[in-house]
Amino acid sequence: MHELSIVADLFTIIEEQSRQVGAKRVTKVRVLIGELSGVVPELFRTAFHSYKKGTIADKARLEIKVTRVKFKCHGCGKEIKTGDISSPDFSYACPFCGSREVELISGRDLYLEKLEIET
Amino acid sequence: MEKSKKEVLVLEDILGSNKKIASSIRKKLEDKGILAANLLSSPGSGKTTLLEKIGLKLKDRYRVGVIEGDIETERDAERIRKIGLPAWQITTHGACHLEAKMLARIFDQIPADLNFLFIENVGNLVCPASFDLGESLRFVLLSVPEGDDKPRKYPEAFITSQVFVITKADLLPYLPFDADRVTAEALEINPKLEVFRTSAITGEGIEPLCQYLEKKLQELRTKNA
Repeated sequence: MHELSIVADLFTIIEEQSRQVGAKRVTKVRVLIGELSGVVPELFRTAFHSYKKGTIADKARLEIKVTRVKFKCHGCGKEIKTGDISSPDFSYACPFCGSREVELISGRDLYLEKLEIET
Repeated sequence: MEKSKKEVLVLEDILGSNKKIASSIRKKLEDKGILAANLLSSPGSGKTTLLEKIGLKLKDRYRVGVIEGDIETERDAERIRKIGLPAWQITTHGACHLEAKMLARIFDQIPADLNFLFIENVGNLVCPASFDLGESLRFVLLSVPEGDDKPRKYPEAFITSQVFVITKADLLPYLPFDADRVTAEALEINPKLEVFRTSAITGEGIEPLCQYLEKKLQELRTKNA
């Protein structure tokens, strides 16, 4: 349950952004959570709503977009968008050339994408 | 007056502050020629025991220090001090992982003339994987009693590591753990992993692991020269 410490860092960014743009209140927060980021969206949501109390985002809704894992194959150079990582046929090898020399290019990311604010 | 709502595009890495502190720690350590390794595994898979074995092998020729991360108690640091190595305990009081800022707080206590700094993370195969501590190498350990199905179940720990150590290999004859299968699965997730099979009881694999660490230290020195 490291989601709470990540949410604490998220709020540091939210507070700072709000100051910069002169927001009176944050009404919506949209985050991108990579499938391989190690963060569980549901736990993140729980942590968010318990942390937001008393902050500028007190009443904010949280939108989570889960970003899928993407690889680049060093065998054939293709980019590979994968299916669900929990599925039994999920493979870490390139489906085009079979190479195992694939490099993760997205799916570990954790981003605050945008805020909806009232000024 | 109607309140005006607007959208602000931010696109900021939520772990950016941790990554920034970690990068600064890595630079300081590497500039001093200190090779730092962050050890990840479940509780009880033998991180401290492995560090005792490695520490005893390396300490005659190198200066070795250990940072111990635990939720409570100084027990692990005491074990490391008992074999004559300096150890610093970080107790997280509930947090399931170490973060770069926790290291930054004790950084001044780390002697500048160390060669190896081992950081034993809080026992947990999930959460520590998300936090860069400024290490040069990340180890993931898996002990034989834990079962051979773990790499795909805990992919982040394996994807972010450079070294995979199977511990308690002396138990292989007694348990249904297929070391070749687990190695193949780990390499499928991360083909660049260096794999070692070790036993603290028989001493198997400790020497090759130390040789690997010495090679990595040498590479760091060459880079700094």
